[in-house]
Amino acid sequence: MKLAYWMYAGPAHIGTLRVASSFKNVHAIMHAPLGDDYFNVMRSMLERERDFTPVTASIVDRHVLARGSQEKVVENITRKDKEEQPDLILLTPTCTSSILQEDLKNFVDRAALESVSDVILADVNHYRVNELQAADRTLEQIVRFYLEKAKKNASNSIKEKTERPSANILGMFTLGFHNQHDCKEIKRLLNDLGITVNEIIPEGCSVLNLQNLPKAWFNIVPYREIGLMSAIYLEKEYNMPYIATTPMGIVDTAAFIREIAQIITAQMVEEKENIYKTFENYIERQTKYVSQAAWFSRSIDCQNLTGKKAFVFGDATHAASMTKILAREMGIRVVCAGTYCKHDADWFREQVLGFCDEVLISEDHTQVGDIIARLEPAAIFGTQMERHVGKRLDIPCGVISAPIHIQNFPLGYRPFLGYEGTNQISDLVYNSFSLGMEDHLLEIFGGHDTKEVITKALSTDSDLTWAPDGLSELNKIPGFVRGKIKRNTEKYARQQKIHKITVEVMYAAKEAVDA
Amino acid sequence: MLQEEKLVFECETGNYHTFCPISCVSWLYQKIEDSFFLVIGTKTCGYFLQNALGVMIFAEPRYAMAELEESDISAKLNDYKELKRLCLQIKQDRNPSVIVWIGTCTTEIIKMDLEGMAPRLESEIGIPIVVARANGLDYAFTQGEDTVLAAMAQKCPEYISDEKMKTNKIESKTPNLNNHEELKKHPNLVLFGSLPSTVATSLSLELKRQGIEISGWLPSQRYGDLPMLGEGVYVCAVNPFLSRTATTLMRRRKCKLISAPFPIGPDGTRAWVEKICNTFNIIPQGLIEREEQIFKSQQMQDYLDLIRGKSVFFTGDNLLEISLARFLIKCGMIVYEIGIPYMDKRFQGAELTLLEKTCKEKNIPMPRIVEKPDNYYQMQRIRELQPDLVITGMAHANPLEARGITTKWSVEFTFAQIHGFANARDILELVTRPLRRNESLKALGITSAVYNHNFSEI
Repeated sequence: MKLAYWMYAGPAHIGTLRVASSFKNVHAIMHAPLGDDYFNVMRSMLERERDFTPVTASIVDRHVLARGSQEKVVENITRKDKEEQPDLILLTPTCTSSILQEDLKNFVDRAALESVSDVILADVNHYRVNELQAADRTLEQIVRFYLEKAKKNASNSIKEKTERPSANILGMFTLGFHNQHDCKEIKRLLNDLGITVNEIIPEGCSVLNLQNLPKAWFNIVPYREIGLMSAIYLEKEYNMPYIATTPMGIVDTAAFIREIAQIITAQMVEEKENIYKTFENYIERQTKYVSQAAWFSRSIDCQNLTGKKAFVFGDATHAASMTKILAREMGIRVVCAGTYCKHDADWFREQVLGFCDEVLISEDHTQVGDIIARLEPAAIFGTQMERHVGKRLDIPCGVISAPIHIQNFPLGYRPFLGYEGTNQISDLVYNSFSLGMEDHLLEIFGGHDTKEVITKALSTDSDLTWAPDGLSELNKIPGFVRGKIKRNTEKYARQQKIHKITVEVMYAAKEAVDA
Repeated sequence: MLQEEKLVFECETGNYHTFCPISCVSWLYQKIEDSFFLVIGTKTCGYFLQNALGVMIFAEPRYAMAELEESDISAKLNDYKELKRLCLQIKQDRNPSVIVWIGTCTTEIIKMDLEGMAPRLESEIGIPIVVARANGLDYAFTQGEDTVLAAMAQKCPEYISDEKMKTNKIESKTPNLNNHEELKKHPNLVLFGSLPSTVATSLSLELKRQGIEISGWLPSQRYGDLPMLGEGVYVCAVNPFLSRTATTLMRRRKCKLISAPFPIGPDGTRAWVEKICNTFNIIPQGLIEREEQIFKSQQMQDYLDLIRGKSVFFTGDNLLEISLARFLIKCGMIVYEIGIPYMDKRFQGAELTLLEKTCKEKNIPMPRIVEKPDNYYQMQRIRELQPDLVITGMAHANPLEARGITTKWSVEFTFAQIHGFANARDILELVTRPLRRNESLKALGITSAVYNHNFSEI
């Protein structure tokens, strides 16, 4: 047992449901007790979905426990088959059905006999995988199912590639962090490079189109968390190369484009040299003129960010990319980079190697909070949880990764990937740090909130008092570092067994810290 | 279909959307200030809590998950030792006066003997432990509170009546000794149901006006202040989902239950106070005038003008439906269907009678009451009936709005203050909000452009 207040990644069935409900005309049936269909609320609320979420529960109640749920599950599947006529019905196990240990596979086989729809059982174990891993698996499972099915029906044209270079985008799905915007941006990028998009899965894709996947020249997996398993499967079975570089930030976007160049030239007979040249030109033009990020890093304002301390935490993809952007594209010092994707810890370590002082792999939000409090960065880039930690510690925070709130599903165009993504990230970073000139002015004029009484503190000890002169001196310190100086001074005072903090004590503390 | 003379009860498949009953920790931990709620379940439960309760999680709540891992399920770990470890940690960090264990579906299925372990652990760590099985196998949403209160009723101190005290020659130590004479007028009355303290106070004052003193609430603001229960104590509920608690109070604690409509809406509040007065042989004073006055107030009139003659459909998820429907009918609305997760006709008897009476008085057809509804069939009926307002869960609200059907989230009625005379306006504020939104957007002329979905696409 684990005492837990909060978690970063949800339970396995959420990942499965996210994949299922992203496909067109796929219905998921959860084998779950009443109240477990909370996914529908999240999708309807966060994504502001206009359609009914194609997820229903086959309710596990007392009667089911007594009698077994075969009858009910089969009945629910065949009923949905008639009502909604989906292409695919996906039976989704939950934590409850995991321990009931019923033969769900058997139910599925029985229901499949009576249904027009395809019926499959999502192959995920609640106690072994989390939301992200389950999503990855389910996507692969569905892809595999339909490709194997197509193979059996000999009437396929699978092996033929498209005439012009084309790509599949794997892993765009519902409730993903800015996924819709990212998808649009990648499509635009590919279009600029003269590459057509073959299929995007699972978002908006029909399962009947999955047999077209092998027609593409290669696959793109923008996020580590979902799509990799499918890409690896397609590579193995159909010899399709894939790109797992996330085109986030200027450097990685360029790397991403160069990888594309390599892949397509390998499959081309002519115009190889041409491709390299056009692509390089494209990278240069975009970097210089479309993306403002490179110029921003060079501009005088960004100079003020040099060496400032930042803390990064999130899923593996976003935290790693963000760390690299901050460190190598903006000159910001990342004091700690972390992820909650424990299953991908090795990859993460390798990615951020050399770009941060410390690496943190943890699923425990209190540990993350404690480390932030200890490191006292000037800005945090994390999830909604880190945003709240930041609020409490008075440190600004930019949200870069799920878990997220409704405010992270903006209506406006906000990609994180591609060249427009670099602009968005620059804005986010810049707005998260106190504005450079404002900082400077505050320092000169001693802040604009000198009337504020300082009572807010993290420490609950009250064995210290601040003398009026000490307090007024403290008030002259700009707000964003005031808390830190206060804490340092109090720490010093306690060490020295001083109970009343005067100006002298403050400066003595400052010297002691500097020394 | 709507020409029925009597209330029609139906029962469907139970495929409907509602909150898991463990959500009750969110309001109960706030109500009982010195409590700690430990939900013993899986990631699924935790995920629901953290998402359903939104930002509350960031205010260092006095609740947590005891997250079961594979080793717990396969009994490789000892439940008792694990729970002891966690409870000691809670004791050290928070030092609560009571720890409430919330059993979930998982603890049910693996048959973890929480009731058996609690007394042992209680004596070992020195903190009372209350065990409530608020799981989705048996209960829906607000029924979670019912299970907790039913368990807590067992922990209330024993009430010893005056006669017994005399015969046993025990010195009377009740703190109310001073106004003992005053209290003598009627037997002890305990109200049950968790309400925000301001609402609880206003209901107490309402009774005080009739000369009725309440001797306690279940739950109380602090665990140590739980009311005395026993033979001769009268109890009355403030919420319609507390049937289990009522049963426990009657059977296990030998209390007398006053079966009344619930104090939701001025009509309900009046009937509730009247029923309590009748039980104690008190003639209620000024209640009729008070109800009239509320209905006649200008602010109510503005709302009533908006809803008069409009139709409502309750898909059902929190058991407040019968009382709300009864109040809305009183306000001049027409109710097509009352979906409800669970219908205890005995416990809600007085409320059902009042509903029937109100329908007759307003001369409108009786609504269908659908127990364990099927959301899919309900959507078909909504498409046919085209009600002016659908009161439903968040899973259906946006899709219905996109099809031109006006909705109100049912969950809000659970968290808003809806009890007593004073809060009638708050109920109507909620009910009319989507209607007022429609009014203000109408002028924009954009509503039709928004709806590119045809309702037949369901």
